[in-house]
Amino acid sequence: MTESASSRFVFDPSAGKERPLWRRLVPQRWYAHLILIISVIIITFPMFYALLISTQSNPEVYNHKFTPGTMFFENLHTVMVQRNMGRFMLNSFIIALLIAVGKTIMSVLAGLGLVYFRYPGKWIVFGFVLITLIMPGDVLLIALYRRVVSFDAWPHPYVALTLPLLASATGVFIFRQHFMTMPPDLSEAAQLDGASPLQFLFRVLIPLSWNTIGALMVIMFLFGWNQFLWPLILLRDQDLQVVQWGMQSLTQNVEVGDNFGPMMMGVIITSLPPMIVFLILQRQFMKGFALTRDK
Amino acid sequence: MEDIAYSVHPILVTLVGAVLGAGYFAFLRWQTQVGSVNISLLIGAIAGAAGATLLTAPLGYCMFQSDQKSEDIMVGWIAVALGLMLTLNIFSSLLWRYFRGQRLLPRGDTTPGAFRGRFGLVYALAALSPTILVLIFFVYLPMFDTLRFSTFLARFGAPRTRFICVSNFSRMLSDVDYHSNLFLSFALSFGIIIIAMSLALLIASMLNQPIRGASLYRTLLIWPYAISPIVAGSIFGLLLGTESGIVNRALDLLFGAKVPWLVSIPAAQISVVLASVWNVIGFNILFYTAGLQTIPKDLLESASIDGASAWQRFARITFPLLSPFTFFLIVTNTIYAFFDTFGLIFVLTRGGPTESTFTAMYRVYVTGILASDIGKSTAQSLILFLIVVGITIVQFRVGQRRVQYGNY
Repeated sequence: MTESASSRFVFDPSAGKERPLWRRLVPQRWYAHLILIISVIIITFPMFYALLISTQSNPEVYNHKFTPGTMFFENLHTVMVQRNMGRFMLNSFIIALLIAVGKTIMSVLAGLGLVYFRYPGKWIVFGFVLITLIMPGDVLLIALYRRVVSFDAWPHPYVALTLPLLASATGVFIFRQHFMTMPPDLSEAAQLDGASPLQFLFRVLIPLSWNTIGALMVIMFLFGWNQFLWPLILLRDQDLQVVQWGMQSLTQNVEVGDNFGPMMMGVIITSLPPMIVFLILQRQFMKGFALTRDK
Repeated sequence: MEDIAYSVHPILVTLVGAVLGAGYFAFLRWQTQVGSVNISLLIGAIAGAAGATLLTAPLGYCMFQSDQKSEDIMVGWIAVALGLMLTLNIFSSLLWRYFRGQRLLPRGDTTPGAFRGRFGLVYALAALSPTILVLIFFVYLPMFDTLRFSTFLARFGAPRTRFICVSNFSRMLSDVDYHSNLFLSFALSFGIIIIAMSLALLIASMLNQPIRGASLYRTLLIWPYAISPIVAGSIFGLLLGTESGIVNRALDLLFGAKVPWLVSIPAAQISVVLASVWNVIGFNILFYTAGLQTIPKDLLESASIDGASAWQRFARITFPLLSPFTFFLIVTNTIYAFFDTFGLIFVLTRGGPTESTFTAMYRVYVTGILASDIGKSTAQSLILFLIVVGITIVQFRVGQRRVQYGNY
């Protein structure tokens, strides 16, 4: 507060004049701070409360204690071992990684094919990809399920699960826009040096696209980690199920008792990986959006 | 073909389409005052006839046969109207491009810096083929299947299927339960759009001010975007429990009353809206902050020098310039409300009490997966598809108009 007062003294031409006391005590734009602090409290409260409950036993939950309980390790053990969440997390991690990496590679390649070559009917190809934006997976769910289960030579259920999700109109669109904002001199110079398109891709395009790649990876990892309905109907073997399925199974038999603690422990561990990914790659995420936004 | 009796003959249907098309094009010709009247009328009639045929002919005009019920005939006319909307829009935009002397199709190749050499097409095909193959097998084919099965009586596990014309759709017209599912989906998107978007805009404009710790605030406010609907539903199940919930505890202390949030009729729907708003607001804040950064500072400053108040600057400059972001968010929030709330409702209320929180997507799941009725559930999926197409077209149209005006 003193700092903001002194900075006002330096920068504000009206600082020499007499100002009311509250003006000097209350920071500038206090209303913005007030609104933001209230919003932060409301938005973060549910997660903090879940963290608190994850340490408690059911009697403590019903008594609305606001102190950490004693059941943290018991709840963690119940969730990770008894309810198999460790396994489900590993499954989801594999699926999310397959989806994020696969989608990014395919989008980068498609972006390359749409920008750096000359051929007739390019806009038809782009339209063919882009129009799938209006066909969300949930609309196709029943027909896709029927088609996927009618083919019985899948090497692994996860191939059947992830392969249909690998094409991304959003990803192709973002990389096409990103490549089109790059100076054409880059590929001219690469061609003069005799580089092949693949060399150009690996030596020039990808090193210049890490922000966009990072941003897309975050979105796609979250998309993969949050998959629920598609694995729910597709996977028959319960040991192969995903973390979101495990999470909903924790909410199902509340009548067993002693349940809210493990349920919220499930909430915490299910949310931890996407939050970590989001926090680590936040800068790339914002920059990647800034890049795609400019054009 | 001759011995089938029709209550509305296919020729009549085609003629109606042609007359409507010619009429619409005459109206466009009068509105724009560009091009030849006769060509407009001719192309309009062709486009109308094509539109009337587009969705009815592949089914053999079955909905207009005399043994069909009046609901089926109604669905038939709806199909004619949908076909007309499609063909009339495409033909009119092409024809008026022609009248104005513009290129009919987008230019194929405007890329400077493309690779020279004979193998361009080969390279491009190799780079594009993974995406195109996956799209053909797992998006276009299922889309075609969805269209086909919606006219079938088909079940999972049963090998036999039967063509039943548009019965899956015409039965929807009198299915009161399905109407309330659709209504709930729309009400949910309305609630989410009103609450989550206005709050996000308020928060984002505060974040956009030059204040200390803005990036910390931003991180603390955006993160619910990373949370899955299942987790959001689980947390709100805890918060809103009748005896266990902290919200009722607070209400009890303050007013001495408890609300049965998840088990009574309007409260359960309100609970779903609250949980959804919490789940999407981070995403909305993210895009509104990005949008606010695109607004030129000098524009706001010069308005402020001209004496515009903060509210005037917001209403006249900021909000109109944000409209691309607003329309984008309306579309994404509607899609969230229609599809992604499934997981949230699955854990929060399981569609209850008495099916009052069944959204249209939940109905697709129950009909298609739990009741194994492929025909009915693909027909319901197509309704959802039409809604997505509808809001996308509206967004595209409005967005385009804004871009034209906003070329400052």
